[in-house]
Amino acid sequence: MNAIKKLWLLVLLMSVPAMAIANESGAQLDKAPVDLGNNASLQRGAKFFTANCLACHAASYMRYNRLKDIGMTDAEIKPMLPEGSKLGSTMQAAMDPNSAKLAFGVAPPDLSVIARARGQDWLYTYLRSFYVDSKRPSGSNNAIFPSVGMPNVLAALQGEQELHFENHEGHATKKLLLTKPGSMKPAEFDATIGDLTNYLVYMGDPSKLVRSKIGYIVLGFLLILFVLTYALKKEMWKDIH
Amino acid sequence: MMSLLKKLVGWFDDRFPLMDTMKEHLTEYYAPKNFNFWYFFGSLALLVLVIQIASGIFLTMSYKPDAQLAFGAVEYIMRDVQGGWLLRYIHSTGASMFFVVVYLHMFRGMMYGSYKKPRELLWIIGMVIYLVLMAEAFMGYLLPWGQMSFWGAQVITNLFSTVPFVGPDLAILIRGDFVISEATLNRFFALHVAAIPLIVVGIVFVHLVALHKVGSNNPDGIEIKKHKDANGHPLDGIPFHPYYTVKDAMGAVVFLFIFCAIIFFAPDMGGYFLEYNNFVPANPMKTPEHIAPVWYFTPYYAILRAVPPLFGSQFPGVVAMGVGTVIFFFLPWLDRGKVKSIRYRGPIYKIFLTLFVISFLGLGWLGTLPATPVYTWIARVLSVVYFAFFLLMPWYTKIDKTKPEPSRVTSH
Repeated sequence: MNAIKKLWLLVLLMSVPAMAIANESGAQLDKAPVDLGNNASLQRGAKFFTANCLACHAASYMRYNRLKDIGMTDAEIKPMLPEGSKLGSTMQAAMDPNSAKLAFGVAPPDLSVIARARGQDWLYTYLRSFYVDSKRPSGSNNAIFPSVGMPNVLAALQGEQELHFENHEGHATKKLLLTKPGSMKPAEFDATIGDLTNYLVYMGDPSKLVRSKIGYIVLGFLLILFVLTYALKKEMWKDIH
Repeated sequence: MMSLLKKLVGWFDDRFPLMDTMKEHLTEYYAPKNFNFWYFFGSLALLVLVIQIASGIFLTMSYKPDAQLAFGAVEYIMRDVQGGWLLRYIHSTGASMFFVVVYLHMFRGMMYGSYKKPRELLWIIGMVIYLVLMAEAFMGYLLPWGQMSFWGAQVITNLFSTVPFVGPDLAILIRGDFVISEATLNRFFALHVAAIPLIVVGIVFVHLVALHKVGSNNPDGIEIKKHKDANGHPLDGIPFHPYYTVKDAMGAVVFLFIFCAIIFFAPDMGGYFLEYNNFVPANPMKTPEHIAPVWYFTPYYAILRAVPPLFGSQFPGVVAMGVGTVIFFFLPWLDRGKVKSIRYRGPIYKIFLTLFVISFLGLGWLGTLPATPVYTWIARVLSVVYFAFFLLMPWYTKIDKTKPEPSRVTSH
């Protein structure tokens, strides 16, 4: 009779820490189209990442041959390798960190676990929120990461954006308007950044790809074990009144 | 065949009290037959301890207590060690679940008056385990060497430096340096993997020995030893084995279901079990905007921040936080109630216990948030409620109108 009520109570009590809601920056974030089951998207993201981001950033805990996780073959991975790297090498930045620091003021952060630190929606929004700002040494700024050291390297693809403030009942909201088109249409650019974000989420925790599959098996096993232990308990206790 | 086994057991029994120990602690340890849901958490705490030790041993094989390598070593475990991600998530989830289980275990003791005579020492030993566990968790949290590891440890060790006169020296003694550094990482690693686990296992053993001496309390809060049968066994007691071994096994399976659901589907638990900022490597030059300890410390952190500084010193807050944890030790003497269990307590005690739970959870929630003036005031009110539960206890438990206890345990 009370068993279900008690189980609920247990679940409720154990989820107490999860009930409080974390809210960090307060900025409006766009929802990232993350789908770790989509290998084509992950592979596009991986190619974009190794061809562009690795120029300045490293992902020094990620090995190239790990990309087999997302369905790539050695033959497909080999062309992505920089000079002198092997399939088992970790992803290092092309630029030397010290000269990068001199150029940008800060050393570009390692991106191995950036998706875990920042969150997928933040990354997806951040990468699409650069705008022209003549006050910055790089000539650009970011709507959700003010005074960011990273220059707008995506401008050639996205085009140039300008920051406008819109008034909504006394609240000024930031609005980015495309003033000069880039080589990609807005939807195409968003999809590219979506693929990149998807890849960064995968790279942040590669176990995600297998975790839930194993999880269902483990929980299924425990469910059967529960039925058995419950029956055993009932049988043992039947003479206790 | 049978006689061979008997001979073997006999051989051991002549040299070691094998059967006697089995009888005293399992097959003839009589536990009340009316244990309810709340009585699962003792055995679950033991289960989590074993899980933590086992997973911890394997993590130690691949971890490097070196300021240059520690952060990367964790990622190495997560990516390159076979099954490493599973070990790491078992251990990180286990740390949080240890506190979930221990808090529920302590709350059980409070509800049913398990700390009252003759179980005062049992309660105190349990509280020592709780404090040592906090130290274990705190030191373990430094090891991933992320921003929250580093700055959380910086905040906590700085608390010690607020102690008048000896404070700064004390903080240096703990850190082994003027700031959190590799010296701190090395000593915390040593303490986390060797010294403190040994102490925990030792006092858990003593906790069980003390329990088996006085016998378990039960939801009715009455002594089953008062009514015995002709053989001297309590009428309302049943042998721990097989009755509670099979019941606890069932409880363990339910617990493991929740535990594994977290490990495989939400090991971060929305940033509460693994904080997002801890995926940024420790950087002594860059203080994070908002430093929050892991959820199990946040009630005390909220109390610390709620107390205003005196003469520019945070020491009063540190004292309040310390008293907030240590005050549980005095429950056996603060409680003047004639009955043990909440079932026979009066309405005043029930109201105070409810307020206490609200204050504890509320402070825990506030401790995760940045301190704004409004939140600080809420934390102050809740801190007063928290301490009122303990400090007013001698008064309200005495005047409360209790119900008569039954002489035998009620239905289970």
